[in-house]
Amino acid sequence: MNFAVLQFPGSNCDQDMVHVLRNVLGHSARLLWHKEKSLGDADAVFVPGGFSYGDYLRTGAIARFSPVMQAVQAFAAQGGLVLGICNGFQILCEAGLLPGALVRNRSLQFRCEHVFLQTVTKDSPFTHCVPDGKLLRVPVAHGEGCYFADEETLARLRANHQVLWRYVNARGEATAAASPNGSLDNIAGVCNESRNVAGLMPHPERASETILGSTDGRLILESMIRALEQRATARAA
Amino acid sequence: MSVSPNAMKAKIVITPKKAVVDPQGKAVQTALEHMGYTGIGAVHVGKYLEIELTTTDREAARQQIDDACHKILSNPVIEDYRFELE
Repeated sequence: MNFAVLQFPGSNCDQDMVHVLRNVLGHSARLLWHKEKSLGDADAVFVPGGFSYGDYLRTGAIARFSPVMQAVQAFAAQGGLVLGICNGFQILCEAGLLPGALVRNRSLQFRCEHVFLQTVTKDSPFTHCVPDGKLLRVPVAHGEGCYFADEETLARLRANHQVLWRYVNARGEATAAASPNGSLDNIAGVCNESRNVAGLMPHPERASETILGSTDGRLILESMIRALEQRATARAA
Repeated sequence: MSVSPNAMKAKIVITPKKAVVDPQGKAVQTALEHMGYTGIGAVHVGKYLEIELTTTDREAARQQIDDACHKILSNPVIEDYRFELE
């Protein structure tokens, strides 16, 4: 597969993302500077974590107007797979590609720790390879990861099964203490209605190698790769 | 560079929507109470922006600032805005 990893001034998880896609998963991945107007032949796009444009104004607010994001909008509209991680999730929400917004953690603290994620639905290109009942142990590192959406939007997210991941404790319970940021409904990640764009605050790319203590993040990335392979097979048939 | 006597300024106030948790406001409220200030109710922490305008067309400026507030300066999902031109 050919993956594009966006790079904004202030991105800082871009190299980790490329490393995992290339060296761990064995695919082709390239960095795409924010001024690029085309995604080239990318099969999927990753919007990585960091502090794009210094988080000025609001997290992700300025990045969403960069030239490369216009290309991502068009790519997403055609059904292309897009995953936003941490600041990438914030950017996709600002861009309107995902519902809701991420606001300051209720604790006001920057939280940097491993959390447990429950995969709420396997019905998405980002979650279909996660084994039933498997909790994902993945790190978070953010100050503004508290998911917010109004009641109407939340009801729609629930009805359409757009909540992909929730913060839970080691027993799989979605308690307030299990959430690092106070998100509504312990929401850690969501997808759009068409299910081809997703975002999450935790970092799967930091949980993809044994030496880093967890490989659970790979299940998300491998779900995407498998989904793309299935699409390619379907096209060839 | 001289400033035109007719130059306008947009003064924009952006506040978190009431439904959005505002932990900053809560922390400031608690601090004020701890310091002994009385009669303190809910605190809301927002943003204030000043934009110097080079146009003298008031109506055009109003429309542009409103558009910018909606598109980028605030996020309508979580924030309200108001502004005045002077």
